[in-house]
Amino acid sequence: MRQFLRDSGHLIRPAVILLAGLGIFLAVRTAFIPKAFGEYGHYDPAALERIRARSVSYAGQDQCVLCHDEQAKARAAGKHAHVACEACHGPQASHALADDPSAHKPPLPDVANLCRRCHEKDAAKPKGFPQVVTAEHSGGALCNTCHQPHNPHL
Amino acid sequence: MIPGVDGFMYPNEVELQWSLLIVLYPYITGLVAGAFILASLERVFKVEAVRPTYRLALLTALAFLLVAPLPLQLHLGHPERSLEMYLTPHRSSAMAMFGFVYLWYLTVVLLVEVWLEYRADIVRAAQTSQGLKRLVYKALTLGSENVSPRSRAIDDKVGYIVTVIGIPSAFLLHGYVGFIFGSVKANPWWSTPLMPIVFLFSAMVSGIAAVLALYMVSMKVKKTPIDMRCVDTIARYLFYTFIIDFTLEMLDLIHRTYEADESFRSLDFMVHTKLFASQVVLQIFMGTLLPLILLALTQLVKLTAGKRKAIYASVCPMILVGIFAMRWNVVVGGQLFSKSFLGYTSYKLQFATREGLLPAVGLMVLPFVIFLVLVKLLPPWEEKPAAGGQSSAFSAAARN
Repeated sequence: MRQFLRDSGHLIRPAVILLAGLGIFLAVRTAFIPKAFGEYGHYDPAALERIRARSVSYAGQDQCVLCHDEQAKARAAGKHAHVACEACHGPQASHALADDPSAHKPPLPDVANLCRRCHEKDAAKPKGFPQVVTAEHSGGALCNTCHQPHNPHL
Repeated sequence: MIPGVDGFMYPNEVELQWSLLIVLYPYITGLVAGAFILASLERVFKVEAVRPTYRLALLTALAFLLVAPLPLQLHLGHPERSLEMYLTPHRSSAMAMFGFVYLWYLTVVLLVEVWLEYRADIVRAAQTSQGLKRLVYKALTLGSENVSPRSRAIDDKVGYIVTVIGIPSAFLLHGYVGFIFGSVKANPWWSTPLMPIVFLFSAMVSGIAAVLALYMVSMKVKKTPIDMRCVDTIARYLFYTFIIDFTLEMLDLIHRTYEADESFRSLDFMVHTKLFASQVVLQIFMGTLLPLILLALTQLVKLTAGKRKAIYASVCPMILVGIFAMRWNVVVGGQLFSKSFLGYTSYKLQFATREGLLPAVGLMVLPFVIFLVLVKLLPPWEEKPAAGGQSSAFSAAARN
């Protein structure tokens, strides 16, 4: 028996390494998994607080119409009535919530690419949705040469 | 119209989400599983003729296994997040559970088996080498230099048990990859319970072909005569496994054709158009039928050793390309048609991007680099025993 133990003693070494690896893994697991993990689902509930603490990027429709009355009226009267301002102009919290909004003037949207994001012809879109093959439709002219973006009739 | 799109595609189907790297992933894991099964032929099933490739197969499996997760990490990005899979695995996710299968297979099966197999060689190298090399081998002995015949006999028994555990682990490793595709019920190209079995047998075919090719190339480089009994036996097993693999794939095809469900016309059209070159030409004719005919020739007709060698040397690359094409056709093919069955998209392979051709080539070269390092560190060749010393062939002799 003693002889057998001596001749199989080397096998203990990889076993110890594997067990040590398992031990380190369990220790890392305990150290890294947040205490309340799984309280509401398969995620860390503290993530909700962390997300809430992040700064706001979008100002929201109500903020925009406070100052941009003319554009708001044009938009409300046309087909884009349900398209939010920041859908085209991008997140504008830094502009709308600033003490001096003119110091954070947003750049004008890139019309050449903006409109086609929704209106480029695609067989998968509903038939009634306005869509064109932009390369053929305007002969290279920008959309806002003919259309008013806030109320896009001709 | 959107370039590369024919007919009606839903917007989220136009761009392929699973790229060339996802083709590589099952290909590489398949080579691992196949190489390990070949190694088990000698160890568990006592096929003595394939002994010259036993160690080579183990090192091949290890080299490819180390690279196996890299395509996934590159595809997903943020590789540091992959550790989350181990820390907070979701038990309902097959992919999360697979992380543990991978770890089990790497640490408990492959590394332990390689260590047990090479222990006598490692101890001898630790005693005879100098400098940094000596330190590396010393570390690999794990502090035990006991290589007495009794301890080696115990190693052999434990190695046998590890290999027996390793066979279902290898099956699980590759069966999982097929399982992932087979369980995507929204995709008729993938959703079949035959998928894990087809993947498994094709894995065995590719792994055996890879080790056979590596053995022949190694012998050529070493200017050592090829052991014809060994390559003939491997080729025979390759032939048998390939017949099973081919039968299963044909069974799947016949079943699909006979069932002819609502997706059939769309899939059939795709095979005749977009996938014709990769499926019909590369996978079926070049990668399956031609190698099968050539392998059948070696079994049915008496050929000279030179002719048999030439056949094996040409069959192996064909099979390896054919199985790669099979992975391509599954992964890419499954994303080329629309769920509407009325439209088809195209896969445009990029070059020097994160998921382009260049990193894919790099990922395919990397296992061979690792393999060369492993061969340098742990030579798989049975050397002549030094006077009074332990022979590297000792472990094999101890088994008899």
